[in-house]
Amino acid sequence: MKKSIADIMAIRESMQSQIILRDNVDAEKEIHLIVGMGTSGINAGAREVFNALVDYVEEHELKGFRVTRTGSLAGEGHEPVLEVRVPGKDPVVYTDTTVAKAVEIIKNLAK
Amino acid sequence: MYRTHILVCGGTGCHSNNSGKIREAFEEQIKARGLDGDVCVVGTGCFGLCAVGPIIIIYPEGAFYSCVTVEDVPEIIEEHIVKGRLVERLLYHEKALGNKAVHSLAETNFYKKQTRVALHNCGVINPEKIDEYIARDGYQALIKCLTEYEPQQIIDIVSASGLRGRGGAGFPTGRKWQFAKNQVNDTKYVCCNADEGDPGAFMDRSVLEGDPHAVLEAMTIAGYAIGSHQGYIYVRAEYPIAVERLKIAIAQSREYGLLGKDILGTGFDFDIELKLGSGAFVCGEETALMTSIAASLVPVLLSRRSRACLENRPSSTTSRRTPTSLR
Ligand SMILES: Cc1cc2nc3c(=O)[nH]c(=O)nc-3n(C[C@H](O)[C@H](O)[C@H](O)COP(=O)(O)O)c2cc1C
Ligand code: FES
Repeated sequence: MKKSIADIMAIRESMQSQIILRDNVDAEKEIHLIVGMGTSGINAGAREVFNALVDYVEEHELKGFRVTRTGSLAGEGHEPVLEVRVPGKDPVVYTDTTVAKAVEIIKNLAK
Repeated sequence: MYRTHILVCGGTGCHSNNSGKIREAFEEQIKARGLDGDVCVVGTGCFGLCAVGPIIIIYPEGAFYSCVTVEDVPEIIEEHIVKGRLVERLLYHEKALGNKAVHSLAETNFYKKQTRVALHNCGVINPEKIDEYIARDGYQALIKCLTEYEPQQIIDIVSASGLRGRGGAGFPTGRKWQFAKNQVNDTKYVCCNADEGDPGAFMDRSVLEGDPHAVLEAMTIAGYAIGSHQGYIYVRAEYPIAVERLKIAIAQSREYGLLGKDILGTGFDFDIELKLGSGAFVCGEETALMTSIAASLVPVLLSRRSRACLENRPSSTTSRRTPTSLR
C-alpha cells in the first residue's frame, strides 16, 4: 500500500527499537552488562535477568549499552551474577540478581 | 521482540561458501528448539572481510564468527544461544594481534579506525526488508529534499559538498547535475553505472547486495534535482544476487509509493528500471553504457551518436559509487 510521509516516519519509529541491538558502538565507550549463564546461573533465573535487560534496551532504545551473556562469573552460590562495566570505572559485580534488581540497575545507569 | 539476532552474511563471497545453507540450518534448528520467538535469523549483505567467510555475527554480544560451516550450527546454538558462552574456536583470530580472538567486527584491525559511510548499512540490515532501511534513517534524505528544498538548492548543496564522481574521472557531481538541469527538454534520464568492470573490484556489488535502497533513494534525489522522471540502473548480469535484491527493492519502493507517480503525495514522479549488461568492460564507459541501454529500449538501429545520448535526450550518468556517498 502507498505510504504517506507520516507513515514512513511511523515505520521508522517502530522499527528502530527492533534493530537497536545491532548498533556497533565503540566497545571502549559503551556500558557493558554481563550476565553469568552457567548451569547454576540459568537454574537460578539468569536467562530471565538477561531477557529483562535486553528488553529494557530495546524498549527504551538505549544507545551505548551492550548486554551480553557469558559462561560463568564468580559468585558461586549467589547466582544470578551480573557484572557491570562502565568505561573508566572499576567493574561492579551484583549477586543474587533478580529481574527487578536488574531493571533498577540499568534504569539508574541510563539516567 | 527478539532478544538475539543472528546475522548471516549473504554477500556473494559467503554465499558461494554455503552461507545460504547455514542460514537455513539456523532457521530450522532455532524453530525446532522453540526459540523462534526469541531469536531472529537475518540474511545481510557483505561484512567486508570475505576472505574469512562465511561470517556470522550474533547480537547483542556482537560476536564475530568466521569460517563457519553448516556443521558448526548446532554448537553455536547450544553454546552461545542457549548457554551464553562464546564459541572461542570460531571467533575471528587476528594475526596482527598475535592471533588473539577478536570479539566483534568493530575491534578488528581493519575496522578499528574506520567510520563506514557508504557502507553503513551493509552487514547491519536485511537488504530485502525496506522497513529495516527506513529504521536506519533510510528515505529521510528524500523526504527532506522533496518537502524542504527546491531542485536548485539540492544541486547547490551537492556542489558545496565538493563531492566528485567516484567512477574514476572525479568529475564534480554538482556541476554534472547542474548541466543536466540546465538542459531544456521534457525527458531526461538518470543512469546509474553499476557495471563495475574493474577486475576484482566489488565495492558496487557490496552496496547493491547489502543496501540496494540507498541506490534507489539517491537516484530519486538526483531525478528531482535535474528534472528527470525515469532512471536506469545498468548492472552486470554476472551479479545475480545484486540483480535479485535490486528487483526486490524496486518492487518494495513502488509498493510504498517511494517510486512511481506522485511520490509520497508530493507530486513528483520518478521510476527506475534495471538494464542488465553482459559484462563487457567497455560498457562501463558512459557513452557505451547509454548506447547499450538505448539499444534495448529502441529496437531500430540509431546512429551511434543519437543512441549514445539515449534517444537524443540529455542524460546524467553517475557512477553507483557517487550517490551513495551523498548521505
Ligand atoms: C573503459 C571504461 C570503463 C569504465 N567502467 C566504469 C565502471 O565500471 N563503473 C563506473 O562507475 N565507471 C566506469 N567508467 C567511467 C564512466 O565512463 C563515467 O566516467 C562514470 O560512470 C561517471 O560517473 P561519476 O561522475 O559518478 O564518476 C569507465 C570508463 C571507461 C573509459
Ligand atoms: S561476502 Fe560475506 S563478508 Fe563479504
